[in-house]
Amino acid sequence: MAATPHATPGLSHGATQDVPSFEATGGDWSEIAEEAARLGEERIVVNMGPQHPSTHGVLRLMLEIDGETVTEARCGIGYLHTGIEKNMEFRTWTQGVTFCTRMDYLAPIFQETAYCLAVEKLLGITDDIPERASVIRVLMMELNRISSHLVCLGTGGNELGATTIMILAFTAREEILKVFEMITGLRMNHAYVRPGGVAQDIPPGALDTIRETLVTVRHYLRQLEDLMLANPIFKGRMVGVGHLNLAACTALGITGPVLRSAGLPYDVRKTDPYCGYETYDFDIPTSTDADAYSRVVLRVEECYQSMRIVEQATDRLQAMGQRGSSPVMVADKKIAWPAQLAIGTDGMGNSLDHIREIMGTSMEALIHHFKLVTEGFRVPAGQAWQTVEHPRGEQGVHVVSDGGTKPYRVHFRDPSFNNLQAMSLMCEGGQLADVVVAVASLDPVLGGVDR
Amino acid sequence: MTEDITPTPEGTPGDPTTPSSEIEQTQQLQAPARGSRETLDLVDTRTGMFGSSGTGDTSGYGGLVREIVVAAPSERPYGGWFDEVVDVLAELLDEPSVDGAAATGYGTAIEKIVVDRGELTIFVVRDHLVEVCQNLRDDQDLRFEMSLGVSGVHYPHETGRELHAVYHLTSITHGRRLRLEVAVPDADPHIPSTVAVYPTNDWHERETWDFFGIVFDGHPALARIEMPDDWPGHPQRKDYPLGGIPVEYKGATVPPADQRRSYN
Repeated sequence: MAATPHATPGLSHGATQDVPSFEATGGDWSEIAEEAARLGEERIVVNMGPQHPSTHGVLRLMLEIDGETVTEARCGIGYLHTGIEKNMEFRTWTQGVTFCTRMDYLAPIFQETAYCLAVEKLLGITDDIPERASVIRVLMMELNRISSHLVCLGTGGNELGATTIMILAFTAREEILKVFEMITGLRMNHAYVRPGGVAQDIPPGALDTIRETLVTVRHYLRQLEDLMLANPIFKGRMVGVGHLNLAACTALGITGPVLRSAGLPYDVRKTDPYCGYETYDFDIPTSTDADAYSRVVLRVEECYQSMRIVEQATDRLQAMGQRGSSPVMVADKKIAWPAQLAIGTDGMGNSLDHIREIMGTSMEALIHHFKLVTEGFRVPAGQAWQTVEHPRGEQGVHVVSDGGTKPYRVHFRDPSFNNLQAMSLMCEGGQLADVVVAVASLDPVLGGVDR
Repeated sequence: MTEDITPTPEGTPGDPTTPSSEIEQTQQLQAPARGSRETLDLVDTRTGMFGSSGTGDTSGYGGLVREIVVAAPSERPYGGWFDEVVDVLAELLDEPSVDGAAATGYGTAIEKIVVDRGELTIFVVRDHLVEVCQNLRDDQDLRFEMSLGVSGVHYPHETGRELHAVYHLTSITHGRRLRLEVAVPDADPHIPSTVAVYPTNDWHERETWDFFGIVFDGHPALARIEMPDDWPGHPQRKDYPLGGIPVEYKGATVPPADQRRSYN
């Protein structure tokens, strides 16, 4: 075998130095326009990003344009790669949650839940998860879906210059993040869902706050609808842009609102339910327009459907009774930490009563707790695949165990990563200004793309 | 027990220029064992219980030897729709193609079937991966029309089958999921690309190449995707270090994650 095969030989300096290039960082473009006119070259390659306000983070777009028409479009990603999957191989199964929550930072609960469901499948305890834990997971995921869609709608508007839409959407999202902070202690990166259940029960008064929040969010969402859905400028920029039909979606593995905008009501919550989604009453909105505008409409509609699920989940939690009346962690003492953690005044922390009790009365419990936290539990060797319906599509988790206390391999199939592949197909042949709209309609989150 | 494990290519190093010779050999050695429980994927052999050896282990478990085996082949019936899918696939692989070429044969293309935790994994011989994918996608009784990507796994102790590529397929029509797994030796990490059948695997194969160094032959542009183009090595391999520096906090030093005490 020859040396390590490299698929793309690097360009030498000599090969590129004769190509005329301009560097534009804003400001006066007339000099560049004059220079381009002097060269008489209509076909130019524009590098957009990775530091560009309309690319949803550090996405690099390489666009070959002929006048205003995009003739070729390619993505460059990897600027946010942090090796989360590799890092997880060096932490216990429980600690893995704190890593995967940081992948797609707008939808942390989905990564946590998908990972935990996969680990539970490996442990064979899927059926032992307490119902209260599953309901809390559903509640958190659906709240998270609303907050994630709000960012998509808001930044999508902002990229068109409509800052009012952005301000409104972020204000509404803030209401949901307050609920997250109350329940998990953190606005983002919660590490709240754990293998076996959730870290702690919802605090007293949380259900009332959630109901009040839903009213506020619904109010903001109505305002957003009024601003966007019948707005002639907004529709002028969105309708018919970023077209991707059903055949292209299936071939490219596109899922989520983009696939549903092409007419297929494919939603993992319905086709392959997890966390008891089959027991909730909700609809899967679809459209057949397959354009950026229909995706906005679908995301708004999905927010309302998520609210329906949240209402049902809060009712169930209400019916189950007060905090602590039913478990939120699997009963197996080899997996569940003996402490039922409680939030301290600092937002996170342990129950001092519990610490006092186990340290003062039971040495075995203390040892057990110590072993479980530092060493972790063992997961039988094998592999599992679990998917959940992420706000951006179908998120898959491939978990491999070698029977140890740490994952042998964790792979996340992030929907943003996969969906970005459609960028070329959506943008080529269209106008340069439509690239921004098309990318925004895919709603990529680069933290998830690069992991 | 060890002699039952998939034989190592030691003493019979496959000529890298003709990788098919090695594959034939592997198939030959595995052929009689197919369907039985003899070909096991030994991932690791561990001694002791707590990751430490010698005087550090005072637990009394120092003499313990454990063999880590994953994916032992399953016996029929596989249960549920798994049998039906495997039967249809076998039928398709056994029938001669339209242009009169000889049939691939189920036994040639499929290494073993593993049913574990309610999930079906089909281990495919790499030369026939694209054909298997094509059949899985196109036959009306199978219709696994969507791929959810490729992920790699590196088993450095599984001699001759170090690198695995795992394909996650979904049938929207029938509401089914299955997994294809292809194992290749580290010395010859070539797998035919499935981009022609599942265009979505384009970036996923690039990622697997980037992280594991598996070369997907026939891929339209197999460039690195997450790491910089000139990056040396493939970071998700087990022999690639995690990196990191010790961190001092209040006088104590916390070592980097890969140098902390670990438990196996």
